[in-house]
Amino acid sequence: MGISDGAGLRSKLRFSVTLHAAMAVSGLIMVLFLLAHMYGNLKIFEGQQAFDGYSAYLREIGEPLLPREGALWIVRVVLLFSVVIHIYAAFTLWLRSRTATAGKGGWRYETRKNRRGVQRSYASFTMRWGGVLIGLFVIYHILNLSADYIAPGGPSPSPYQRMVNDFSIWWVVLSYLIALVALGFHLRHGVWSAFASLGANSSVTRRRVLNQAASLAAVVILVGFLVPPLAIFVGWVR
Amino acid sequence: MNITLRIWRQHDRDAAGKMVRYSVDGISPDMSFLEMLDVLNEQLTAAGGEPVAFDNDCREGICGMCSLVINGIAHGPEMLTATCQLYMRHFHDGDTIDVEPWRSPAFPILRDLIVDRSAFDRIIQSGGYISAPTGAAPDAAATLVPKEDADKSFDAATCIGCGACVAACPNGSAMLFTGAKAIHLGALPQGQIERNSRALAMVNQHDAEGFGGCTQIGECTAVCPVGIPLDVISRLNGDVLSALRKAKS
Ligand code: HEM
Ligand code: SF4
Ligand code: FES
Repeated sequence: MGISDGAGLRSKLRFSVTLHAAMAVSGLIMVLFLLAHMYGNLKIFEGQQAFDGYSAYLREIGEPLLPREGALWIVRVVLLFSVVIHIYAAFTLWLRSRTATAGKGGWRYETRKNRRGVQRSYASFTMRWGGVLIGLFVIYHILNLSADYIAPGGPSPSPYQRMVNDFSIWWVVLSYLIALVALGFHLRHGVWSAFASLGANSSVTRRRVLNQAASLAAVVILVGFLVPPLAIFVGWVR
Repeated sequence: MNITLRIWRQHDRDAAGKMVRYSVDGISPDMSFLEMLDVLNEQLTAAGGEPVAFDNDCREGICGMCSLVINGIAHGPEMLTATCQLYMRHFHDGDTIDVEPWRSPAFPILRDLIVDRSAFDRIIQSGGYISAPTGAAPDAAATLVPKEDADKSFDAATCIGCGACVAACPNGSAMLFTGAKAIHLGALPQGQIERNSRALAMVNQHDAEGFGGCTQIGECTAVCPVGIPLDVISRLNGDVLSALRKAKS
């Protein structure tokens, strides 16, 4: 080992600390996107015209400086980068922690006692499989409501109509419910963990405050996304 | 008390191990867990068997040698307690107790319940020092340390290097230990010169030893016998990130 930092830039970028920071930043970018997305979805309560108008507006932002859909594509590229970095770091770290536990994680002891550990939360040990579930959901969701390729309730050029058509079907609502609950858990631990990975957990009090903030973010996003599909399903919005 | 033990027996580093059942009687509730194992070893030796190998030294919670996973919990069921300070009164007559070594590929098992923790020594060697001028001892008040910094440093400096944090971590991470060892120096004026290089060198060595990354689960803090707080990890993360920013510019 060298006496200074003992590592070139390449290996510094592969530190688990650096990978966690990359996960944190990419994750928080996705959280900002989710807040904006949720805000947009809630416009369903203003009626078809307002909702479809907002959707059209998203494609016109920045015109004529940017081409049509220009701003939207910038956001899409940033999100795609975030998703790729997030998933790359997640799998690299996942592999490392499997190596560091002989492939057995928290279940590496012979005893069957206390296998769930002493204090860890459900959210904290479902990050990886929860993340995979959310990733699969994102693909399904884009094919469904964005690309209109999977359209169980019937396709439509109107995004409002697509939502109403699909969320009248119980299993579509259920699939969104399951994914959103998984997202809620992922954010409950992820948001707190993101801030801690970036150095913000500086005291015992801070640990509590950051955890409360993460719970709040998870609940707001969960409820904010769940309300429109449920409102359609029970017939408030038609 | 009459206790049934299931203990991990492994002859050496390369041998396969297995859980072996023993029963010991005549255990007093005032015995420590290690004294109970001493009784077992006397019985085994008297019967011509091999005593169970386990690490220990001070038996007063300060050296960090004792290292048993008891019923799946590093250092056993009592909070803020090293194995040597755990007493049999916390168990019941007739209990079956499972005893295993720390499990981490970075801590190879040497024999039975003894693991090789020299990975920790190498992490400390990589950056756990400060530069001090040689010569006469400096004046006691030459460097003033704010009380708050002194407290933070001291809280981190209480780490006894036992490795329970690694044993408990679902990711096999040693970041609680590494954080404690980096932060107790980085929090003091004397530790500022190497603060950046220390953070980088220690996390580099941490990863090179094969420990996993920290996902902020917190199992480590729940088993740590001296209560090292989770924030040492986040503060080390902060130091590493700021060192990386400075290294680039
Ligand atoms: C296939 C998809 C995904 C996988 C495999 C995945 C995996 C993970 C994993 C393993 C963590 C661990 C962090 C930890 O425990 O410290 C994490 C954290 C996080 N995830 Fe995801 N995730 C995925 C998708 C998402 C999505 C869609 C979002 C946002 C909508 C998101 C937001 C976050 C945030 C904010 C963190 C905290 C970062 C940190 O650890 O510092 N993830 N993710
Ligand atoms: S941080 Fe706690 S559990 Fe980890 S080595 Fe130090 S004293 Fe042991
Ligand atoms: S034997 Fe020294 S801390 Fe337990």
